[in-house]
Amino acid sequence: MGKSEIPDPFKHKRETTGLGHFNDQNDPVTMVLGLKDVRKCAHNWKTFQSGGEEVGRIVVPSEVAIRETRQIPFEVDPPEHKGYRDLLDPWFKRPLEPAYQEKIKAIIIGVIDEVIAKDSVEVVEEFSLKLQSRALTVLLNIPYEESEVWINWGKHVFRSEESDLDGEKAAILYDYIDTQLDKAAVNPGEDLYSVLLNSEVHGKKMSKEEAKGVMILTFAGGRDTIINAVTNSIAYFAEHPESLERLRNEPEITNNAVEELIRYFSPLTHMGRVATEDTQVCEHALEANSRISLCWASANRDERVFETPNEVVLDRKVNPHVAFGFGTHNCMGATHARQIMNILIGCLTEKVSSMSILSQEDNIEDWQEFQRKVGYDSLHVKFIGK
Amino acid sequence: MAQITFIDLNKDSITLEADSGSLMELAVQNNIEGIDGDCGGVCSCATCHVHVAESDMAKVGEASEIEQDMLELDDNANEFSRLCCQIQVSEDLDGVTLTVAGE
Ligand code: HEM
Ligand code: FES
Repeated sequence: MGKSEIPDPFKHKRETTGLGHFNDQNDPVTMVLGLKDVRKCAHNWKTFQSGGEEVGRIVVPSEVAIRETRQIPFEVDPPEHKGYRDLLDPWFKRPLEPAYQEKIKAIIIGVIDEVIAKDSVEVVEEFSLKLQSRALTVLLNIPYEESEVWINWGKHVFRSEESDLDGEKAAILYDYIDTQLDKAAVNPGEDLYSVLLNSEVHGKKMSKEEAKGVMILTFAGGRDTIINAVTNSIAYFAEHPESLERLRNEPEITNNAVEELIRYFSPLTHMGRVATEDTQVCEHALEANSRISLCWASANRDERVFETPNEVVLDRKVNPHVAFGFGTHNCMGATHARQIMNILIGCLTEKVSSMSILSQEDNIEDWQEFQRKVGYDSLHVKFIGK
Repeated sequence: MAQITFIDLNKDSITLEADSGSLMELAVQNNIEGIDGDCGGVCSCATCHVHVAESDMAKVGEASEIEQDMLELDDNANEFSRLCCQIQVSEDLDGVTLTVAGE
């Protein structure tokens, strides 16, 4: 296996039953694997809901035991969902503004300059986490220095070395957000906390609990996903210098390359839903109140849709991937994520002549039937500047 | 050179000229309300959905299977639906009218 390869462990099941099964804390999850089935279930929010009474249950592994705050708009169904999205979407589209992109570019050039000077760089902590944290200050519109706090939290805000779910670790984030919201309530500014607390949704002022739900999601949804997308990109370009060279010569394919890398990496493997009625998926009966998951990572390798699905085709033109989800809950951070990837590629072609992988430890998710590499626990790389 | 008319979400009619690129790119460059082009034109986001005027259907042509699969799950889709990132500008499109599909 190539060092930067992300294999597809779902192929056999996708091609046979179309489903996988994951026993999650005695609350089993039927994993939907094919692209068309994933899209259909994502579209059908009435039968496969995100809202529901039990907060945290659509996350896999379930967070029912460690979280009470409802994540917004993620754990809300239509029609309420739309009220939140209409309010939040303009803020999360700010990455389309040139001034925003300039700030992200300065951040990325900054982290590249820091690593070029070194003999060996652990990319996850020293590159991706820094890049992600600093870029998040731009999304939240808060001072750059605040990123130091988040960088010091380390790689895992929700996971500890021992377990995927760690209530104590998650509490660090929840308490932090509480404090920031309290500060913004007393002393409002131009940041996302203040904007949320002063906004109206569904005809009344947004509550602190709602604002907290948005902020938790912004931190949680935008952390490991970006870190994996960035780290995996470094590994890929290190192993494929010809690809970096091609993007240097053909910058016009950068957008295609971003979409293709995101498809190939699928930084978020899957996300759950709860059935509201007895139903079926792929001819498999599902009882009301049982869980499914929409496996974006598997769908993105569906050979019925993608030619050479296990290859990175940098200029893939038709690429109907679901790495950012599909339909109602499609990723609200996608504009930010796409800009980061776009600008990262531009800056690498400008400033880096080559990279080499010195050592790596793959991060393999354990979904029982499936072992999926999603990124790296650590990746040591030497960057050579131009 | 082709003249393309977009009818945006406010029902305003905007006529543009182009000779290359996709119709999505043309719309985004000219800030046509309701065409976002989030995925940059790779047929992944469906934020470039238009209804082609019935009389222009022959000129514009039909959606590919992959595009149809995307449209199938769009609540505003009808027999005149296209994702306009999948339509390349050419002389043949001169005079075509596209209505931005609502939410
Ligand atoms: C490459 C990076 C990213 C990937 C692959 C990704 C993936 C996804 C996916 C697959 C969903 C759909 C979940 C579902 O249907 O239940 C989603 C939703 C969401 N993502 Fe992302 N995400 C990324 C980055 C971000 C960032 C940077 C943020 C914010 C800082 C973010 C915030 C959100 C939010 C708020 C939602 C929920 C939207 C809703 O429920 O309406 N994501 N993301
Ligand atoms: S721009 Fe994304 S599908 Fe057309």
